[in-house]
Amino acid sequence: MTVSPNFTPSTPLNPRRHAIVVGASEGMGAALARRLAKEGFCVALVARQKEKLEALATEINQGGESLALAYPHDVSRYEEVPGLLQKIVADLGGLDTFILMAGVNYPPGGNEKYNFENDRKMVEINLIGAMAWLSPVAEMFQSAKAGQIVGIASVAGDRGRVGNPGYNTSKAGLATYLEALRNRLTRHGVNVLTVKPGFVKTEMLKAAVGPTPFAIPVEKAVDDIYKAMRQRRQSIYTPFFWQYIMLVIRHIPSFVFRRLSF
Amino acid sequence: MRTTFTQLENFGHSLKAPAYLIQPRSIEEIYSVFKQARQQGLTVTARGAGRSYNDAALNGGGIVMDFTAMDQILEWDPAAGVVRCEPGVTLEKLWQKVEPDGWWPPVVSGTMRTTLGGCLSANIHGKNNFKMGTIGEHVKEFTAVLPTGAEITCSPKKNGDLFHAMIGGYGMLGIFTSVTLQMKRIHSGLLTVDALPVQNLHRHLSALQDGAPNNDYIVGWLDTFASGSALGRGQIHAARYIHEGEDPSPQGTMKLQNQILPPRIFGVFPKSLLHYFMKPFANNLGWRMVNMAKYVASLRTHTFRQSHAAFHFLLDYVPNWERSYGRGGLIQYQSFLPKETAEAAWAELLSLSQKRSMPSYLGVTKRHRPDQFLLTHAVDGFSLALDFKVTDSTRAKMREMTFEFDKIVIAHGGRFYFAKNGETTAETALAFYGAETVAKFKKLKKRCDPNGLLESDLHRRIFG
Repeated sequence: MTVSPNFTPSTPLNPRRHAIVVGASEGMGAALARRLAKEGFCVALVARQKEKLEALATEINQGGESLALAYPHDVSRYEEVPGLLQKIVADLGGLDTFILMAGVNYPPGGNEKYNFENDRKMVEINLIGAMAWLSPVAEMFQSAKAGQIVGIASVAGDRGRVGNPGYNTSKAGLATYLEALRNRLTRHGVNVLTVKPGFVKTEMLKAAVGPTPFAIPVEKAVDDIYKAMRQRRQSIYTPFFWQYIMLVIRHIPSFVFRRLSF
Repeated sequence: MRTTFTQLENFGHSLKAPAYLIQPRSIEEIYSVFKQARQQGLTVTARGAGRSYNDAALNGGGIVMDFTAMDQILEWDPAAGVVRCEPGVTLEKLWQKVEPDGWWPPVVSGTMRTTLGGCLSANIHGKNNFKMGTIGEHVKEFTAVLPTGAEITCSPKKNGDLFHAMIGGYGMLGIFTSVTLQMKRIHSGLLTVDALPVQNLHRHLSALQDGAPNNDYIVGWLDTFASGSALGRGQIHAARYIHEGEDPSPQGTMKLQNQILPPRIFGVFPKSLLHYFMKPFANNLGWRMVNMAKYVASLRTHTFRQSHAAFHFLLDYVPNWERSYGRGGLIQYQSFLPKETAEAAWAELLSLSQKRSMPSYLGVTKRHRPDQFLLTHAVDGFSLALDFKVTDSTRAKMREMTFEFDKIVIAHGGRFYFAKNGETTAETALAFYGAETVAKFKKLKKRCDPNGLLESDLHRRIFG
């Protein structure tokens, strides 16, 4: 038998909620994992970079309670997902919340440039990698008639823009997939939350081309996400005012939009 | 066999754990579950009716084998009173089978919904523990399968070590496949019951101790809100079998329809709805009033006759009563204490719970004697079971309180019962079992289940 790592056990007077964070090694994923542990969750940390994950797990477990464990995994290795998911749920002793953070942004390198390899990588990680996890998780939650899925889409998925067609596509696809899951799962008592962040000060932001207005610290984004999780919201923008900005942008008619340079 | 990923709960609805639920119907299917678990790298827990107050039949993220489909009574010998059953047979099914022939299960729990597999795993006791011991003492033989693939037969003489460890072993060593039990002869469908009030904890325990030798069953209700000189007051119910010839019409009183608990109150109101109406009372003030009213009502000493089922299965009187405790559910804290120290320990427990404003809503006492099983919870003394309502605001404070309770109980030489207590730590378990017992159990575990296939949340908590 696999040796089960020992998470703090759940008892009637100390019930533990259990979460998986895919894409937990840095940025919003790492910050949200820290926050969840602080709120008493047991968290499985999933990401490619083993050292970073283990360092984060050690940091979280410093308090003495065993609340985090690292599971190195590359989301583009789709075939590994079902087995790993089953193992993690057994190690955790349950699953209440699944958080999909994993995402990459490889811009083509200019408004006139095209880069199929980058586009392909973004779709493979941001969209297909997400579906590889979301699909078995959704099946599990549907069967258990409980659970919460949190997916990180982006304001970038609301319109196709000149700067980064591949990224727009991957995030638009993810947002649509999450919406479809929401429509499937709400009737089974499962909450699906789509988070659309604006600009957040992470490593990924450094890759962004052009201006990045209203960039917020990671902690602010995590606060918004955790609050929305507690309220079992369906969809949020973080910070909230992107909702209004995107409302306007979504309604810019094409004959205007195709002449804009952002 | 269908595998369903399902959210399972403990009886008190205070704990949830999702698992792959599988319902085997034969020994071959149990083996194929073992095989499936090995292939997937998952652990397996056996589950009966799910009536444990804690994590004994939960296995978060693993496989849970539900035995309620293996519920056949295989053989019944009404002349000798010996019955052979599959593990999913409930006490309800069992007594309804044997009672019309003039027999009764020698040991029953406070609910009849439990399965025999579960009863053996927890080695349950009843209100006659001081006289008849645990259910394990009436098992003539059982068969079981081990994760090693072995099919074994155990009796007190054959494979005695496993017999005394698997009974009370919470399904951690092997899976029961059949149980042969000796029933107890009865000569009437009724019991003679004495009810008498007791004014304080000292008199309460004296009444249990002095009453036990002259009775077949004895149980106390304890007013958990009474304090000061009335601390531990309550009511004792002591019951005796009716001897041959004393019941003019034993055939009549043993008829099933004279035993079955009526589903309606006053013939009209369905009891299945009653728990909704109890909900408004499920708070400190409401239960204080209920306890006080019950004590006042109990002041009259009297004797009456009552059917076996009505006397034993109080927990089934109001279906789903545990739902009245609301969203957070309930926990039960039961401690077993030697007769010499029980009074001091429980005075501390009761006062502490009152001082912390987290009074128990229901207290039940019983008289016990020790037994020969490896993971025994029994003592020559008494037990006190306390029900507590769990809410979001009290959960953490209550946990601290139960840890303080544990210290008091251990300091007074007490023990715990794992069908009930959900917060007991591995450290506490080691303290009352003793290192030798735990080592012995772990050695047997290695022998029966070398790869650790059988594991429950309880097992991880206590022996993890």
